[in-house]
Amino acid sequence: MIDHPVTEPASSEPATHARRTGPLRLGLGQGALEIRQFLRSREQVTFTLAFPAIMILVFGSIFKGTIGDGVKFTQYFVTGMIGTGLMTAGFQALAIQIPIERDRGVLKRFLGTPMPKWVYFAGKVLMVMFIALLETVILLTVATLLFGLKMPDTGAKWLTFLWVSLLGITACTLCGVAFSSLARTGRSAPAVVTPVALILQFISGVFFVFTSLPGPMQDVAALFPLKWLCQGLRSVFLPGSFGAHEPGGSFNLPTVALVLAAWCVFALVLCLTTFRWTTKRDG
Amino acid sequence: MRGLRKAYGDNVAVDGVDLVVARGEIFALLGPNGAGKTTTVEILEGYRRRDAGEVSVLGVDPAVTNGKRGTATSAVAKRWRERVGIVLQGTGEFDELTVGEVVRHFARFYPAPDDPAAVIERVGLSDKIGSRTHTLSGGQKRRLDVALGIVGRPEVLFLDEPTTGFDPEARREFWSLIRDLQSGGATILLTTHYLEEAEALADRVGVIARGRLIAVDTPRLLGHRDSALATVSWRTAEGGWERVHSATPTAAVADLGKRFGGEVPGLTVTRPTLEDVYLEMIGAGAQEAHR
Repeated sequence: MIDHPVTEPASSEPATHARRTGPLRLGLGQGALEIRQFLRSREQVTFTLAFPAIMILVFGSIFKGTIGDGVKFTQYFVTGMIGTGLMTAGFQALAIQIPIERDRGVLKRFLGTPMPKWVYFAGKVLMVMFIALLETVILLTVATLLFGLKMPDTGAKWLTFLWVSLLGITACTLCGVAFSSLARTGRSAPAVVTPVALILQFISGVFFVFTSLPGPMQDVAALFPLKWLCQGLRSVFLPGSFGAHEPGGSFNLPTVALVLAAWCVFALVLCLTTFRWTTKRDG
Repeated sequence: MRGLRKAYGDNVAVDGVDLVVARGEIFALLGPNGAGKTTTVEILEGYRRRDAGEVSVLGVDPAVTNGKRGTATSAVAKRWRERVGIVLQGTGEFDELTVGEVVRHFARFYPAPDDPAAVIERVGLSDKIGSRTHTLSGGQKRRLDVALGIVGRPEVLFLDEPTTGFDPEARREFWSLIRDLQSGGATILLTTHYLEEAEALADRVGVIARGRLIAVDTPRLLGHRDSALATVSWRTAEGGWERVHSATPTAAVADLGKRFGGEVPGLTVTRPTLEDVYLEMIGAGAQEAHR
């Protein structure tokens, strides 16, 4: 309708910032923007960062027993809470936040600019990484100081900790983005996401010793990433001999890697095919 | 655009709209709520897909930005986005960020952006540059929207009801900003509810009713407003009011002068306002559509 020939920009005034911002700076800038927004919303910071720590304080004071091989329940529970923390930061936070931003037209606004679409996701990933790191550090500090959690003592265990966390958080983040297209409105998002997250925590052995759960429940949990994430983390923080108490008689790290990686791929495909930038009523 | 058409189910929102807007023009789209203004503009902005018709903005079909879901924006679409500025109706804010942070962030997306501080000054938010956006009033948020729309120095600027929530003074400041952008070479297409806004700003106005463009003209000539009958009214000796519609108001006034032998009490001569013409048009459009 507005027909001009395609030519160089009309205005001939010298540009104030004639330099185009490179992709790296765009991505980092978006990450900084997301992290700044997170840090400035006080309730979000308090709840996200303090919640897992409060949970282990509560559970640690209630359950004082051991669960075999001299492993205390608190030790077991801490690994579950680290896994939950990663899931909350990646899956739950994004699956709630993105529909709200879609509803409020934040996504639509970005869509109307030349910003490459990946930059939006890069910003979210950086924010999730930042929160996950902070949360895990707080959790580990509380657990080591109050509940005698032993930090990994070999390089190999640290390496396992690193890849299990990274793979886990990646899977959770991608699932969160994919899941965000399910909620129709920002207001319904928490109602859609919270039960899923909560049920997964129960059946994946966060609050209870996994092998003490009913068999069919274990089978269902084994389809989802949280169970494997927690199992991988237990191999880092619990003595190697505890592996005998895991389903199948070992921590089974190859399967942990395989399932988490499969979820990454599956969720990525979902993200690429179903992500919605605008609400339904936007046509 | 030619033969533009968009339907939602059986509900045809835009039905065969043809329009050419020239470079450097300010064009105002008027119409009642639900007439198809926003749908039309959002097709031009690349947000919505059309069902039929041809559209070209800056020589590019806006549908390039609206390819398959999830696919990366193509180079053509990105280049086009760099040249187009958009001010949507009621878009989301970044509550926890300051005005300065948001504008600086958006400036980074463009190859040759304006100085963010200068843009904030232009929209009159300089004293709010360090304020979180959730503390802004409705009108101030709208000005921030405008700042984000122009920070990339667009060649074409779309404004969907830009001055909703402005006080009269802010509206006038906004008008001068828009004229300023026009003199900088930008083409501007805006939708508005305010007829005085269309009259003050637009080189041409188009009236949309029920998905059809029922008139396009300069504000002065729209609906043959210049040649419409004038209304002459005055106070009668008994204290009532009387009026006549006349094609020759000068003669009517001269007659009255003779009759009263001098001053005519309470004399006014008026032509239909843009609002009168507009209301008559959309009324007629609605009746036609009913038949």
